[in-house]
Amino acid sequence: MTVIADYIGKSATDNVRLALDAAKNAEQYHALLSLTEERALERAAKVDSGEITGRLAGVPFIAKDNFLTLGGTTTAASHILENFSAPLQATAIERLEAEGAICIGKANLDAFAHGGSTENSAFGPTLNSVDQSRVAGGSSGGSAVVVALEIVPFALGSDTGGSIREPASFNGVVGIKPTYGTVSRYGVVAMASSTDTIGCFTNNAADAELVMDVMAGRDASDMTTLPDFFGPTDVKPGQKVGVIKEFMTDDVDADVRARVHEYIERLKAAGHTVEEVSLPIVKYTLAMYYIIVPAEISSNLARYDGIRYGHRAQASSLAELYGRSRDEGFVAENKRRIMIGSYVLSSGFFDAYYLQAQKARTLLVNEFNALFDTYDILVGPVAPTPAFKLGENTTDPVKMYLADVMTVPASLAGLPAISVPAGNTSEGLPVGIQLIGQRRHDADILALARSMEGNA
Amino acid sequence: MTNYLMTIGIECHVQLATATKLFSPADNDARDKSPNSVVHPIDFGLPGMLPVLNKRAVELAVVAGKAMNAKIANISRFDRKHYFYPDLPNGYQITQMYHPAILAGYVDAPMEDGSTVRVRIHHAHIEMDAGKLTHFGDHSRVDLNRAGTPLIEIVSEPDIHSPQEAKAYAAELHKLMTYAGVTHGDLYHGNMRFDVNISVAPEGATELGKRAEVKNLNSFRSVERAAEYEFHRQVALLEKGERVVQETRGWDDATGKTSSQRSKEDAQDYRYMPDPDIPPIVLTDEEIATIQQGMSVLPPYYRDKWKDLGLDRSVIDSLLSNRSYAELIATIQDKAGDAVAKRVAHWFSSGVSTDENASPEEVKEYTADPFIALAAMVDANELSSTAAKEVFNELLVSDRSPREIAEAKNLLQVSDEGAIAAIVDEVLADPASSKAVEDIRSGNDKAIGFLVGQIMKKSQGKANPALAQKLIRERL
Repeated sequence: MTVIADYIGKSATDNVRLALDAAKNAEQYHALLSLTEERALERAAKVDSGEITGRLAGVPFIAKDNFLTLGGTTTAASHILENFSAPLQATAIERLEAEGAICIGKANLDAFAHGGSTENSAFGPTLNSVDQSRVAGGSSGGSAVVVALEIVPFALGSDTGGSIREPASFNGVVGIKPTYGTVSRYGVVAMASSTDTIGCFTNNAADAELVMDVMAGRDASDMTTLPDFFGPTDVKPGQKVGVIKEFMTDDVDADVRARVHEYIERLKAAGHTVEEVSLPIVKYTLAMYYIIVPAEISSNLARYDGIRYGHRAQASSLAELYGRSRDEGFVAENKRRIMIGSYVLSSGFFDAYYLQAQKARTLLVNEFNALFDTYDILVGPVAPTPAFKLGENTTDPVKMYLADVMTVPASLAGLPAISVPAGNTSEGLPVGIQLIGQRRHDADILALARSMEGNA
Repeated sequence: MTNYLMTIGIECHVQLATATKLFSPADNDARDKSPNSVVHPIDFGLPGMLPVLNKRAVELAVVAGKAMNAKIANISRFDRKHYFYPDLPNGYQITQMYHPAILAGYVDAPMEDGSTVRVRIHHAHIEMDAGKLTHFGDHSRVDLNRAGTPLIEIVSEPDIHSPQEAKAYAAELHKLMTYAGVTHGDLYHGNMRFDVNISVAPEGATELGKRAEVKNLNSFRSVERAAEYEFHRQVALLEKGERVVQETRGWDDATGKTSSQRSKEDAQDYRYMPDPDIPPIVLTDEEIATIQQGMSVLPPYYRDKWKDLGLDRSVIDSLLSNRSYAELIATIQDKAGDAVAKRVAHWFSSGVSTDENASPEEVKEYTADPFIALAAMVDANELSSTAAKEVFNELLVSDRSPREIAEAKNLLQVSDEGAIAAIVDEVLADPASSKAVEDIRSGNDKAIGFLVGQIMKKSQGKANPALAQKLIRERL
């Protein structure tokens, strides 16, 4: 298992070269869209000369290709940004670089992070790190796989409805989606602004704590960032844990439930109290999510018009230029979401769909808050199944959306949630358990996860 | 014949006088800048960019609200208005559709006949401007310098019923916004633009007629003329039994006509959505009061302050046409009293440009003392009123004192009795004066004016006319 400590105090140039070699040797997984070799080696030389120092000095990492980075392209796995070179970097990248971390490449994703399998990448899917006939999960599939394959000790992802937690679960790594507003979204290609969060993949909870500690904090460039609050902590004894019963129905794979039950037993053995709790509104969360998120997507993707940057189609009129550039530049799932979003925002439907969904979202927040009056942490599976077969869900978008049912509630409520490895199915596929915390209690779920590591 | 009543509502876009744009740190002054030179990645719509609300723009909106006697919302929000156009980089304009910053208020606009029209304000909201597209035959060019410039859009109630009222409202709104420091108010550069909605209906009708919106008027005169033109156009249609189409119309200042641009049938669906990137603006009553405390005084204050000066409405208007004139006269009034203020006020009203299109930067900041000194010289008979006017004009552009100017121009009056007496004797001895002298002696006093005029001429205007008259009377 590769952890950050393995890289500290070593030659940064060696760290980077080994990571680059490992990346090249793992090409068959299609986890990476590009390597930023030249810039990475330049920065490694500066670390080795002592010019760059910090808590992550010389530690290589990989960013999902929707983070703006220097030294290469930022494509969002789309044709419309296929040749786009950013003139600046995301705040999250800047903060990691300020501590000496070195970005060596960009990971594959569903185009514009629309999807849960990385099969919607315009450049082809990423394969699961354990079983190459299966999906990596998504949308941050590439980031999960590069950590699982130990190419780098950590990778960045974005999570709007489960895009970090689900691939973490499918590949057996730790993946955290923090409280909404913990890490600046500045410089990350926007999907749905009200639920987009920035998080990371690591091989243990302690590394996630370190990476989050570096990235978190108020950013003047993102008005939705919260005042600084994140700081690693130790688990408090006797946590009250609630198991969300709506996540443990017969619809959920038996092996997945079995691994979750085992984890629950271990929690009890560690002195925590575990009780079943109910979140009845969960049955409406996918409906809320697939109204609010496409609405914001349709708005956020309006800027990709072929005028100022990105792919521009041949056209003889302005309308044709827009139509063809966007038709050629977006994948089917992008278009589906833009159409749904445009529909729910259109005059006459806005009140019936968008406003209703926002009201329901408030009810969801209230239900979570009521549970947190009694419980410290809520748990359940991350996804109803382990990694599914490539192509298994691609013909039925609704089936694909159903895989998000357990991850979207925390996203809509803005709560921190982590996926931690909970063992494998009988077929050897990884299963993740999801720990959901109260707003701004990110450090508490990480501390609990860390305390549970190594007592499996 | 049917009488028709016109009903007008005006939407006014006011460019806020902030240093930077509404959501980016780019320079907000795009005048005379080369295309796309004041554009931040946020204004450019780069992926991953997020708006950061300019606090100063919010403060100026709060000030603008006070100037319109409006309530300020304790919570207001931003929304996205979507449409595709190359001058709109994000594919949406950030505006306030549902919860505007400025709520109901009113503006009292003085009319030329001395009456006042009260126009209620429905609301005003903060929004960003778009860029500019210029067409060149087979292609178009985009300039994003103006993209993201902060605006407030002031939406009036349909309380206006004549072209004159429309003009008065536009002019008063301009004064209020410039005095409050909300905008530079440069009409030539489009700092304030008016969209005028006009409908006509037969007098006594219970419903308003279909309205036409004349967009992008940038002078008070064009507001008045466009309203006048639309009234006649719409009445003519109704008289012919035709319908007025609800549509957007453009104004051609050269021909004095409006023309159809697009009809309501092509109206776009803007798919308004709350902007999830910008938290609500939350202002407590105390915060609103603090911002408004620092405001400059507004035109109604001056009108009240000057009400006992006996100034004509036109004189007051010309003084108010520029804030620095109004401030100067008010200072003079405080320092030197009503009479001096009135005298200087008249000099200003006839001596300076009150062109509404003049760039504000061209107006010099004046200090009171030289003008008070000039008035004192007139009172002391050191300058004739004609000479004073000449010194005044020089004073506007010179740093010299009025006395230095008067001396340099050789304008000081001669009040030395001996010197004037010599000229008086000379004029009376002149055979050309004999007729006038006879007239005066036979009781026709008017003829004295001719003699004084002769004395002024001989003295090259420097003789004190009152003294000259006194000396003539002593001799005859």
